Amino acid sequence: MNERQGFKFFAVFLNMAWFAVFVLVPGLMVVVVSFLARATGTFFALPFTLSHYRELMDPVYARVLGNSLIYSLNTTLLCLFISYPFAWLLSRAPRQKRPLLLMMVIIPFWTSSLIRTYALVILMKANGIINTVLLATGIISEPLPMLYTDFAVYVGLVYSLLPFMILPLYAVMEKMDTRLMEAARDLGATGFQVFYHVVLPLSLPGIMAGCIMVFLPAMGLFYIPDLLGGAKTMLVGNFIKNQFLTTVNWPFGSAASVFLLLLMVLMLGIYFFLSSRFNRNQAS
Amino acid sequence: MKRWIKISWVSVVFAFLYGPLLVLMVFSFNQARYTTAWQGFSLEWYQRLLGNQQLLDAFFNSLTVAFFSSLVATFMGTLGAFVVAWYRFAGRKLFFGLVYSVMMSPDIVMGISLLMLFIMAGLTPGFFTLLAAHITFCLPFVIVLVHARISGFDPAVVDAARDLGAREHEVFFRIILPMILPAVLAGWLLSFTLSLDDVIISFFVTGPGFEILPLKIYSMVKLGVTPEVNALCTVLFILTLAAVLAAHVLIKEKKK
Repeated sequence: MNERQGFKFFAVFLNMAWFAVFVLVPGLMVVVVSFLARATGTFFALPFTLSHYRELMDPVYARVLGNSLIYSLNTTLLCLFISYPFAWLLSRAPRQKRPLLLMMVIIPFWTSSLIRTYALVILMKANGIINTVLLATGIISEPLPMLYTDFAVYVGLVYSLLPFMILPLYAVMEKMDTRLMEAARDLGATGFQVFYHVVLPLSLPGIMAGCIMVFLPAMGLFYIPDLLGGAKTMLVGNFIKNQFLTTVNWPFGSAASVFLLLLMVLMLGIYFFLSSRFNRNQAS
Repeated sequence: MKRWIKISWVSVVFAFLYGPLLVLMVFSFNQARYTTAWQGFSLEWYQRLLGNQQLLDAFFNSLTVAFFSSLVATFMGTLGAFVVAWYRFAGRKLFFGLVYSVMMSPDIVMGISLLMLFIMAGLTPGFFTLLAAHITFCLPFVIVLVHARISGFDPAVVDAARDLGAREHEVFFRIILPMILPAVLAGWLLSFTLSLDDVIISFFVTGPGFEILPLKIYSMVKLGVTPEVNALCTVLFILTLAAVLAAHVLIKEKKK
């Protein structure tokens, strides 16, 4: 092996080995353990069984999964609804203002979501800012219960994940060729037709990427219901956390994690399918 | 009218993104302990932080983990990005597939899978398990960031260096590295903030013997809102802000 080969081998091996040990092996463990029986002391044991998956379909647990899916779906739709016009306006802002505006989205993107969730607690608690202001101005006579409600959980999820929707949308919109829209206009398309037949199809990859980046994390952010939600609010993340740390039922928790992994594979599959079709359409 | 709607949509979203953070920061300087009413400017809560040894320890632990994990991730990720950008090899697609699936995989799944790995390997959760976990989730970000920069410049530079007799590690350290340094530094800074802010994965892979700041904040917040937590969160936010701004300046540099 010459030096060039050696260097290349070393650099690739280092990364591949790291991913193998800390991603592939643990990932396979999750899958395997989800098919094993629960055992005290050793966490899991043979024989192989499907009982944890059957148990997940039990109405009690199916409701947790279903509710969490609904939270994620609504959060994704809310983020999309808020972000789509926002990202569009940002991408059409004067060229010299764009970097600053973009930076203002990037900062919350990197800021700890826990800190941002905590900031919402300050705003929404019974003697928090919102209630204090509303009481002082006489709009309400008693504090509104906001914290520990579903409403608070939605605000928390949307607040944490909004930048993850804005950035991919902005990325595709900024690259969009304005001449296409002008051409559609010249050919007599109405504003809505331009949006529906030109802008929307072109922004599809961004919509998909944004939806994946919001939908999946929204299932796992266990501290948001913990800090903002009532006792009944539970995401898949809370459920998995409890299975691993409270009831110490690794196989059951693993089965729920496999559910999340399957969702991820499904969403990435749709994304790649759509984007390859999209690219083919672009080419032709 | 239409312009008015546009401007207010953008302003309302920015107000939503920044309002709560601003309130948090302002109230960390409020003298009052129990009410939300403003009772005058005070640095009392910051002074209390400095007097709280447990918090200072957790802060120091967080900084240590963030420093070393971002350093290792940046080193490995830079080498990886370089090789992927520069050579054709069989596992190239697989490599990128892995990088993206690590980036996309839900934190909670990574958290519990690493927990199982460490317990099965007989490791006590603490500094080293935390370090390994943080390196793992920082690595893909560094690879993607550095790769984007490497694929942006002229390969002829490297051919020229080789023709002039540079050896492979010399090509890397004396030609490529100086050219990609801004992206490498940006990757390092962003890894640092990722590590400093992580809650979900750390939650599963650290033990009672090694407390870190985000988890300390989490347990304090569960007990209620206090001015000390406001001050602590403000400090952490300012740190993140500084790192992100610095990283941004470094990434932008190439466009000049």
